Amino acid sequence: MNGPITSTVDTATLATKFRAFIDDDFVITDADAKRPFECDGLFVYKEMPRLVVMPASTEEVQKAMRLCFDHCVPVVVRGAGTGLSGGALPHPEGVLLSLSRLSRILDINHDARLARVQPGVRNVAISEACDEFGLFYAPDPSSQIACSIGGNVAENAGGVHCLKYGLTIHNILQLTVVTIEGELFTVGNEGLDSAGPDLMALLIGSEGMLAVVTEVVVKLLPKPSHCKVVLASFATIEAAGDAVGAVIANGIIPAGFEMMDSYAIKVAEDFAKAGYDVDAAALLLCELDGTAGEVDSCVAQSIEVFERHGATSIRISQNEAERALFWKGRKSAFPAIGRISPDYYCMDGTIPRRSLSRVLCEISRLAAEFDLRVANVFHAGDGNIHPLILFDQSKPGELQKAEAFGAKILELCVEVGGCITGEHGVGVEKLQQMLIQFNDAELAQLNAVKDALDPKGLLNPGKGVPTLKRCQEYRSL
Amino acid sequence: MTSLAHMLEQVSDAVSESRLLCIVGGNSKSDIGHELIGDPVAVSGHTGIVDYQPTELVVTVRAGTSLRELQEVLAEKNQMLACESPQFDGAATVGGALACAQSGPSRPWYGSIRDQVLGIRLINGKAEHLRFGGQVMKNVAGYDVSRLQAGAMGIFGLITEVSFKVLPIPETTQTIRRRLESNTAIRVMNAVCKTPLPLTGACWTDGNLYLRISGQASAIDAIAAGLEGEPFDAAAGFWTALRENRLSFFDGAGDLWRLSVRASAMHAKPDGDWLIDWGGARRWLSGSYDRDELEYIAGNAGGEVTQVRGGDRSTDFFPTPAEPHRAMLQRLKQAFDPAGVFNRGRLYSWL
Repeated sequence: MNGPITSTVDTATLATKFRAFIDDDFVITDADAKRPFECDGLFVYKEMPRLVVMPASTEEVQKAMRLCFDHCVPVVVRGAGTGLSGGALPHPEGVLLSLSRLSRILDINHDARLARVQPGVRNVAISEACDEFGLFYAPDPSSQIACSIGGNVAENAGGVHCLKYGLTIHNILQLTVVTIEGELFTVGNEGLDSAGPDLMALLIGSEGMLAVVTEVVVKLLPKPSHCKVVLASFATIEAAGDAVGAVIANGIIPAGFEMMDSYAIKVAEDFAKAGYDVDAAALLLCELDGTAGEVDSCVAQSIEVFERHGATSIRISQNEAERALFWKGRKSAFPAIGRISPDYYCMDGTIPRRSLSRVLCEISRLAAEFDLRVANVFHAGDGNIHPLILFDQSKPGELQKAEAFGAKILELCVEVGGCITGEHGVGVEKLQQMLIQFNDAELAQLNAVKDALDPKGLLNPGKGVPTLKRCQEYRSL
Repeated sequence: MTSLAHMLEQVSDAVSESRLLCIVGGNSKSDIGHELIGDPVAVSGHTGIVDYQPTELVVTVRAGTSLRELQEVLAEKNQMLACESPQFDGAATVGGALACAQSGPSRPWYGSIRDQVLGIRLINGKAEHLRFGGQVMKNVAGYDVSRLQAGAMGIFGLITEVSFKVLPIPETTQTIRRRLESNTAIRVMNAVCKTPLPLTGACWTDGNLYLRISGQASAIDAIAAGLEGEPFDAAAGFWTALRENRLSFFDGAGDLWRLSVRASAMHAKPDGDWLIDWGGARRWLSGSYDRDELEYIAGNAGGEVTQVRGGDRSTDFFPTPAEPHRAMLQRLKQAFDPAGVFNRGRLYSWL
């Protein structure tokens, strides 16, 4: 269904119907109270929903969905609102369904190494809750202090430890979901396999466009007993990029493998005082974990590879405090950029690692062309680049310039064999780039999947996958 | 005509002539699911490595390529498809292993075959050759149609190409064997799995617990020495036989059941003839049982049961999903294969 959505109920009546089963305080109609929900982490897009509704149970979610389905009201589901692609941007004709009250950890089974949680539970809260058992939840997006597990499922969130520990999709055992018709069912189980098509895989990363998740069973892993970070500086991006490939070719899978370019190094060092070499063109953070013997052996091999590739300086974390300090610079790259620029735009593309120097050279050429500064942080191990474009929204035309620059970077990612989003999702931000990633037949198939699970087109309309009508409009531009 | 053009033509003809098709790879898993009906489409001619970049840890391979050949190519660069899917005497193909979601003993630690998938190419029921996912580790552009195919047994279309994440082959592997009864073995497996040891296998069969650890040679010896039990030197053959369902446990023609359950679940029916793999999460049971009773047991253990051998092939032997789930699958089938030409009734009688 790609046509316009015509709801069959006015807002006051709709609010009354919601208040029949949700506490008055959690059916929000007042403009000031709705304001905090007008955007997610991508601030440049703002929209006011008709209502903000905050159910407190799976049953309330089911009733809310039935109500919206019966009256043709669009539903945008929101977790913690930390998403960076506008995936939780409200629909002006719709209801914003906030799952923040579904925030309980229901059960931790430390023997079976799994936790049953509600979608509003914060990512980091899971690891904190199972820490006493020596377990942790592996995916750690940089927003992990704030972002919710439901949002992580919607975006298939990654983080700095993906190469070794996988994405959200690799760490979920079971989902309880509610369909747009208000039907409830589970996919997956507490074992490892289930028969039939992997519907759970289809739902993870579907950006709230196929169903609403109301319960999640996550896999917990034993915390590695030892962990060290090797910090290596290089005089050129090429040398650093080659060193990443060489470590992996040596048979080592680091737990985290991050790269920063010269501008990002300077800004982060200025902010975090992590002891980074500010004269370096590129910095690698290579985290190795496992048993003591494994870590020592991998550290020695990595150092040998870095030296062979011309590292200008190498440091190894001597204790946990130093390891945390090495990471602090990388993890504070975003706030550090925020301090020196009025606004910044965080891009998210994935490339085959071998194209790294080409892509970074081209980004720096584009930066000159657009007359904007850019800092590059990069999940080097898995090829996920995050160029941060610095701009000033108060200057006329500068936001549009930043967006145009970002679009060029994404096109470049596709050109070298990569993709337009590694972990932030398409949301509203990258709809146009979906036409570069997929041809019309592929987009039609994706739309057919959407129609199959959401026949009235009410779940997060206008996001993720461009409708065929929009495809035609874009292609004719 | 290329193998791909031929397959596209067969699909296109079947749609226009309203004929049914059954997808055949290496024909090593035709005993799974319902009887095959329809004209066969052979994928086994569509073979070869399309692209392999060892330092990217990515390989792209045509779906008719045998798993054995793929593993041999990867092994030349000291890498592997880590999920250890069964090769069935070299007959199993890449596409078939993914469609049937088959993973081996390392699955709890390295992930399933679905977990290794980065992207696919697929011929849908409109005879369109489509590409989903990609050749990079992280990709959230569009719905995950690639991994949806795991376990779909070809009902949504014909997989022609798969891109996988690959991993280095560990430097050393050792196995420790310990005489234990099954209840204790389940407890021990779960306790060991809770520690950060580099496990790559944990199986109990025939009164013995087998623990496999893999990694850097310098570390593995010390770890193995710290585990209770005796070093088991004939281990390579054991794990291969387990992977291929060739251990003596699998002999015979009687009923065979596979339970996918919470790893720590209590051992029901301890007097039965069991093989317990995946650290307790996969349990094989041999013998005649009432299906409802086993479903009850598996359900209590947070999982499900599938009949793998024996029984009546005309009735559903995969667990039947609940109604809303079932409706979703039917609507998805319609979305991919509107004329219903692919593998009709293979997975479920109603699909």
